[in-house]
Amino acid sequence: MTMRITRRELVQRGAAGVTVLSLPGLLAACGGSSGGGGGGGEVADVLRFSNWPLYIDFDEKTKKHPTLDQFTAKTGIKVDYFEDINSNAEYFGKIQRPLSQGQSIDRDIIVLTDNERFLGLMIDKGWVEELDKDLIPNFSNLIEAQASPPFDPDRKYSLPWQSGMTGIAWNEKETGPVTSITQLFEDPKLKGRVTALNGMGDTPGLVMLDNGDDPSNVTDAAWNAAVDRIQKAVDSGQIRRFTGNDYAQPLSQGDLAAAIAWSGDIYQLLSSNPNLKWALPTKGGIIWTDNMIIPTGGSVPTASTYMNFVYDPKIAAQITAYVAYVPPVKGTKEILVKSDPKIGSSPLVFPSDEVLASTHQYDSAALNNQTYIEQWQKVLGA
Amino acid sequence: MTFLHRHKGLTPYLLLLPGIVWLTLFFVAPLGFLGYQSLQTGTFDTGYTFDWAFSNYWNAISDYHEQFVRSFVYAGIATIVALLVSYPLVYWIAFRAGRWKNVFLILIVAPLFVTYLVRTLAWLNILADQGPVVGFLRDIHVLGPDGRLLATSVAVVAGITYNFLPFMALPLYVSLEQIDGRLLEAAEDLYASKRQAFLRVTLPLSAPGIVAGTLLTFIPAAGDFINAQLLGTPRQYMVGNVIQSKFLDVLDYPAAAALSFILMALILAGLLVYARVVGTERLTG
Repeated sequence: MTMRITRRELVQRGAAGVTVLSLPGLLAACGGSSGGGGGGGEVADVLRFSNWPLYIDFDEKTKKHPTLDQFTAKTGIKVDYFEDINSNAEYFGKIQRPLSQGQSIDRDIIVLTDNERFLGLMIDKGWVEELDKDLIPNFSNLIEAQASPPFDPDRKYSLPWQSGMTGIAWNEKETGPVTSITQLFEDPKLKGRVTALNGMGDTPGLVMLDNGDDPSNVTDAAWNAAVDRIQKAVDSGQIRRFTGNDYAQPLSQGDLAAAIAWSGDIYQLLSSNPNLKWALPTKGGIIWTDNMIIPTGGSVPTASTYMNFVYDPKIAAQITAYVAYVPPVKGTKEILVKSDPKIGSSPLVFPSDEVLASTHQYDSAALNNQTYIEQWQKVLGA
Repeated sequence: MTFLHRHKGLTPYLLLLPGIVWLTLFFVAPLGFLGYQSLQTGTFDTGYTFDWAFSNYWNAISDYHEQFVRSFVYAGIATIVALLVSYPLVYWIAFRAGRWKNVFLILIVAPLFVTYLVRTLAWLNILADQGPVVGFLRDIHVLGPDGRLLATSVAVVAGITYNFLPFMALPLYVSLEQIDGRLLEAAEDLYASKRQAFLRVTLPLSAPGIVAGTLLTFIPAAGDFINAQLLGTPRQYMVGNVIQSKFLDVLDYPAAAALSFILMALILAGLLVYARVVGTERLTG
C-alpha cells in the first residue's frame, strides 16, 4: 500500500523544512487535496460515493438528491455521487486491479451485496479500511438482525445500506399466483415464460428452500440437488433466461408470466403496473443486504461521518420512502407510518416478523466455493 | 547537412515509429500479458502462478467446444445474411440513388450513432412476444399461437446481423461506387445481357468490397456476447459469453485468457484459409 499524506502533513513537512519530497508522495498529496485523505487523517471536503442506480432519494423537480444536500448543509462536506455500480462482478472487475496493487480507487464509500462473493472477498483481501465507530454514534440504530453477519462478525468494515428479499413475482394478467419454486419450474403453462436471477445466492438459495435444505449452511448434497433441478428447468425450456434486474420490463409487458425477483424492484414497478404481484415462496425466501464499505485509500473520517448521517432514522426514512427496500435502521418504520403510510405499511418494505422469520441469509462460505462457482456458471450457460 | 540528409535510410523507420510504439503499447504488450496469464494456474483467492499450464487450453476446448462452434455458426449465418441484404441495397444506392446517395448512406450509418447496447435492447421490444413482429408471424402461421422469437437462435442471429450490417454495407458501397460505368457499357456493346454484365463485370469488381465486408462483419460477430446475452438464453450462449463470465464472475483469468487466445487463433486460421481461397489481392483491391 502506498503511504498517503494529508494536506496538513504536507504543509507541516514543508514548514519543517523538509526539502526532499518524493515524487510519489507529492502526487499522493495532490490526489488527497481533491477529496479523500489517507487511511486515517481528517475529514475531507468531498465525499466520493459509488452506489447502484436509483438507490437513493431523488427529487424529480430539482433533479437533486435531498438527503445528500442535507448532508452537505449539515457537515460542509460536498458529495460526488456516482451511480456506477450495475453489477457486483463488473464493479469488482474494475476496481480489483488498482486495489490489488495498493492503489486508491478514488472512492470513500462503495456499496456491494452480501449474497455475492465480492463483498467478502474485499474484506478477506484487506482491501477495505476499518470504520471509525467513534464518528458513528448512530451505529446503535443498526437492527439486531444485521449486527453480526458471517463476513464481518463485528461490523468492523461494513454497514448495511438497504436489504431486500428474493421471492417470486408474477404478472396477474398472465397467470394466477405463483407461490412455489415447484410451480415456477414445473407448471407447463409457464413454460418459456419464466426467468431466474443469475446471482448464486438468489436462485440456488430459493431452490434449496424448496428442496427442504438450508441455504444458510450449504452442503454439497444440497448444492448439487439445487443445481440439478435448475439445470433441468433450463434444459426443458421452462426457464427462458437468467437475469439481473432486467426481468422488470418483460415481466411488466407480459412477455414473462413470472420471475424470480427482488422485493424493492416490484414495489417500484407497482406504481406503473398494478398487475404485478410479489410474494415469498411458501417454503421461504432469501434476504440479502447491500453494504457500505470504505475501499483502501478512501477517507475513513469522511465516510464514517456520512454513515453516521444515514443511520439517523429521519434520514433513513427519506431514503426508504424513495427506494422502497428494507431499511437497516431502527425507528424508520415509526417515522414512515406517519409521514408516508403507504410505504410505512407496505409488507414489501417492512415485512412482518413472521415473514422475516421465513427469510434466510445465504451461506457466505458457499459463495466463495470455487467448484460451486464454476458449476453455477455452467448452469448460466457459460 | 542535417542528420536526416546524412542518414536517408532512417527516414522510413522514423515514419514507422509512431505506429510501432502504438502497436507495442496497446497491442503487443497486452497480448503478451494475456498469453502469459493464459499459462498460469491457481485461483483468485490464492493467487496465480506461471507454470506453462497448457492444460488451460485443452480444458477450454473440451469444456466449451460447443460455444466455439455456435459462435462461428452464428457469425457465419449473420455474415451471409448481411451480405445478401446489403448487396442489393448498396447496389441500388451506388447506381440508382442519384443525388440522394449521401442521404441513404447516412441512413445506413445512422444506427451507429446510438450505442450498441441500446440498439440491441431495442430488439427486445421489436421481437417482444406481444410485439407486432411476433403477432404478424403468428397470424400468418409461421409461428404457432405460443411461438416466440425472443430467447431463440433466430433472435440472436438477427441481432448480430442487424448490428454488423453497416460494416458489410460500407466497404461494399465503396467498391461498387468505384466501378467505371463505361465498363458496363462496353459489356453491353459486346452483347452481354444485363445478367451476364452483372456476373462478369460488376460482381468481380465488387469482390474486394465483399471480402472486406465479410471480414469486418464476421470477426467481431464471432466474438460478440451482447446479442446472445440479451436476446438469447443460456442455450444460445457464444464463446464471448464464456470469456465474460470467466473474467468477471468466476475470476478465472487463466481460463478466460486461454479462451481468448483460442478464439483469436481460430479466427486467424480461418482468415488464412479465406485469403488463400479468394487471393490476397482481393483484400487490398
